[in-house]
Amino acid sequence: MSLAETLRIEGGRILATLIRYTGDFHLAEDALQDATIVALERWSDDDPPPNPGGWLMTTARNKALDRLRREGRRTAKEEEAMRLLHEAPPPPDGQDDRLRLLFTCCHPAIAPASQVALALRTICGLSTEEIARVFLVKTPTMAQRISRTKAKIADAHIPYRVPADYELPERLVPVLVTVYSVFTAGHHAPTGNFDARVDLASEGVRLSRLLADLMPDEPECWGLLSLTLATDARRGARVDAAGDMVLLADQDRSRWDHDAIAEAAAILDESQGRRSPGPFQVQAAIACLHGLAPSYGETDWEEITELYRVLEGMQPTTVVRVNRAVAEAEVRGPEEALALLDDVDSEWHYLWAARSDFQRRMGRTGDARESLRRALAGEMNDSDRALLEERLAQLG
Amino acid sequence: MPRYAALIYSEEATEQPSEEEIGQVMADYVEFGEKSREAGVNLGGEALHDTNTATTVRVEGGKGGEIITTDGPFAETKEALGGFYLLQASDLDDAIKWASQIPGAWHGRVEVRPIMEFDTE
Repeated sequence: MSLAETLRIEGGRILATLIRYTGDFHLAEDALQDATIVALERWSDDDPPPNPGGWLMTTARNKALDRLRREGRRTAKEEEAMRLLHEAPPPPDGQDDRLRLLFTCCHPAIAPASQVALALRTICGLSTEEIARVFLVKTPTMAQRISRTKAKIADAHIPYRVPADYELPERLVPVLVTVYSVFTAGHHAPTGNFDARVDLASEGVRLSRLLADLMPDEPECWGLLSLTLATDARRGARVDAAGDMVLLADQDRSRWDHDAIAEAAAILDESQGRRSPGPFQVQAAIACLHGLAPSYGETDWEEITELYRVLEGMQPTTVVRVNRAVAEAEVRGPEEALALLDDVDSEWHYLWAARSDFQRRMGRTGDARESLRRALAGEMNDSDRALLEERLAQLG
Repeated sequence: MPRYAALIYSEEATEQPSEEEIGQVMADYVEFGEKSREAGVNLGGEALHDTNTATTVRVEGGKGGEIITTDGPFAETKEALGGFYLLQASDLDDAIKWASQIPGAWHGRVEVRPIMEFDTE
């Protein structure tokens, strides 16, 4: 495994563990960076250490110790950090370190938008620019938001722990939303090729599973697990031999992971038995209907549009409206679908790509071309851009 | 252990509250004071007179300049600072737990702010 790969796949775990030892985001990040610099000097590409993740963890621990030793006088907290870094004990509560970090990032004393941003930064190692892209804001704005959040965690002493059982229900929603953001950043990367960070899709599924184990009585936890499993099951068919993105309509469904889809459907079935619906169960139901359809044409679009209407009642957002319109177009045709987007005011490229598609199907080629240009004016990953440019070329 | 200021904000009463109401609020505060002192959390606190007793001071032109006093609080807001506690807690969760037991949080709100700690040596 190369250094870049090790950092991408193991960086989040190493950072989460370092934060448990030190109780300090900044120190943990600095130590991991120090260790990376040593690795750059010592590792050669053809001969990395046998256990690259373990090597990086040990080196980062030593670097954190070095940094603490350089401090002349140490607080009790820093003395404790040195002991933990030295002994490297397993977590006292037996919980996964990234799960613990997730709950810290999602503390109710942190604003919702900052919770997701910080989780994407620390647990996923996304760059500030990538996170800015996810939130459709400018990079300096996001840099400031992240650094303020880290400062608040340190100054206000927001604890690093998985909350007690009785506290879990009120912490549920932000944690679910954040894990789904992690998954989405993996399923559809904000920059580069769409599958540049597929490891995060796996991490999203893994965290969903941990949450369902932690809160087995919460149907929405199972909804999230079902949703991430059913969506990730399509991974093998989403990329062609050239590495380009293949859209749902054109995917070879024999390459889907049908075992994962069956598991997702069974999980959803059981969670729906609790009769406590929520947005993740509804989205899971949509993902399972896609997963169980023998072909694009044989998809149960009637049921999917109905589910999107239910979802829009729960989450009246631009994203839901656009997805609903795409499904409605299959049932009621492009005119009605386009009308659904009339009053949506956003520069999101999916909105304009969807409009363009409906206009093209109605024979309004000029309008379709104009909408595609507007879509291309936005920020998007390389795969989306290539796809939209190809569509524009096809319109002539 | 970290320290926090718990700043109690509420709408100031426009009418004189009844003896009974005053008695109940006093009893609630006495109970919180005893409980939090016993737990070693309460490092002190005071209630403040109404904002109509406040005077705002500013020195024009910096140190040594002209002293300007104005009647009233610095900011005229619907909710005014009515009192404060200095709390010592293990972390923010602990501080929030104690702040939620301050009677002011039941009628108004309590802002919890970490104290900036300086090296004193």
